[in-house]
Amino acid sequence: MNATLIRRFIEATQNVFSTMLATQITFAPPAPTSSISCTGDVSSIIGFSGDVAGAAALRFPLSTALKVVEAFTGEAFDEESEDFADAIGELANMICGGAKSNLDNACVSISCPQVVIGKDHKIQKPSDAISISIPCKTPHGDFFIEVSVRSSAAQSSAVSTAQPRAAAS
Amino acid sequence: MRIMLVDDSKTIRRIQRGILEQLGYTEIEEACDGQDALSRTPAFQPTLILLDWNMPNMDGITFLKTFRQKDTTTPVIMVTTESEKTRVIEAIRAGVNNYVVKPFTPDLLQKRIRETLAKCGITK
Repeated sequence: MNATLIRRFIEATQNVFSTMLATQITFAPPAPTSSISCTGDVSSIIGFSGDVAGAAALRFPLSTALKVVEAFTGEAFDEESEDFADAIGELANMICGGAKSNLDNACVSISCPQVVIGKDHKIQKPSDAISISIPCKTPHGDFFIEVSVRSSAAQSSAVSTAQPRAAAS
Repeated sequence: MRIMLVDDSKTIRRIQRGILEQLGYTEIEEACDGQDALSRTPAFQPTLILLDWNMPNMDGITFLKTFRQKDTTTPVIMVTTESEKTRVIEAIRAGVNNYVVKPFTPDLLQKRIRETLAKCGITK
């Protein structure tokens, strides 16, 4: 997978959290999803197509998602609320939109977000997809961003070169 | 001053409404996509429109092109994650008056609203 794509996701996530949530976020080194356990209770999924085809998912434990939504909207919603799902979806929209807009010379379109809520659910990726997880750490709790790219669109750069700018130990 | 917010995210509409109310604008209408906005504009007669790009049913650029066939003067600010140069040019060609990239700060949105209204000679 192209290291630039992962870097763009990290930059976009930093931008969204600092601008809309006034929250500092740090990242552990990205790794193949198979080597990280990242089931989630709340997922916001966005597909992308064009020069890069695949999907990205923000994957939160419920407690983190509730706090992140409160920081984003200024209001506390429970997970049954439509407003909660809307806020989680919009976060993914801004992060994916920001990441794809900063890909140089690539034409990529994104879908509207889909939000899945359910304890410890898993997301099945297409068999030809290469998936990378980006562990994210915030004062509201930790979460993951999973980026999956169809192998026909994946590029040869090694993901190990995609070191975040503000990596946490 | 009547302001229409067109965004499929209720969260974003709520944030925008809060910023507008801080500026003293209270006559605000919300639409959840381009089709909804087209159906509401004749009755609401907005003075300013804040428009998202990616929405279900009818996206922002399709709304804008349709809206501009009948209304060439009401200012429209695109508020979107789409920040590629080609997208900005496409929006300007379709008749957008200003552009805000998400994520945005309240200060930036307020600045863009003020400069758009001033450019269009609209006073509060």
